[in-house]
Amino acid sequence: MPEFEYAVEVVIANDLGEARRIQREIEEALHAAEYGDRDVFCAKLALEEALVNAVKHGNRMDPAKHVTIRYDVTTERFRIQVCDEGDGFDPESVPDPTAPENIERPCGRGLLLMRRFMSQVEYAEGGNRVVMTKLRSTE
Amino acid sequence: MSAPRRQRITFEDIGDVTVVHFIDKKILEEQNIQMIGDDLFKLVDELGRKKLLLDFSTVEFLSSAALGKLIRLHQRLAGAGGKLVLCGISKTIMEIFELTKLDKMLKIVKDEKTGLNSF
Repeated sequence: MPEFEYAVEVVIANDLGEARRIQREIEEALHAAEYGDRDVFCAKLALEEALVNAVKHGNRMDPAKHVTIRYDVTTERFRIQVCDEGDGFDPESVPDPTAPENIERPCGRGLLLMRRFMSQVEYAEGGNRVVMTKLRSTE
Repeated sequence: MSAPRRQRITFEDIGDVTVVHFIDKKILEEQNIQMIGDDLFKLVDELGRKKLLLDFSTVEFLSSAALGKLIRLHQRLAGAGGKLVLCGISKTIMEIFELTKLDKMLKIVKDEKTGLNSF
């Protein structure tokens, strides 16, 4: 496979409908780069969780705010960054959703899924920015 | 009165078990998940169904928000003396249930036939 690398950055309104458009774009980009179904699934899931977190929790559904999404794809890996304009948070303070006292809560599982399905998840800028990286699977 | 909309599920009664199928392959999007949740809760709250078997065999993708709806549905049915069973879950989606340990809380079986026998 020939080497390649490209990056895209887009700013969207704080709206889940707009977020959906970017999700489709990223999915198409990964298919074009011949990432397999598993890797695309991982990206879709992590991105869904990150975007909902940004729009709902970070930006608190404020239509005046924005979400910045940057994705870059290389032969070996893809990376997706999602940045909101909220007050930030400490990802380490999110309760473990698998703990017995939390298992019946209807929310709080997004971060767990992101960390499990991506190779690496890092937060920066006080929790306003999440960077998710997935290495190409070798299956 | 809210505007009419398309149902997000179809269902059929087999004996006293209501088998539910999802219209959408991808259960994400807040609005969609809310509509699916409304349709499922209607079965319990308005139509009095107590035994729900949710068939996920056409579902390719679901998000954590969808898990939240399933938990609430499980709780609602348990409170009403009913039972929720899930079937037809793909290997990839099953990973999500196992990772979140919801496979221990929710009854998950292989297929519809097994599901019908599990009530």
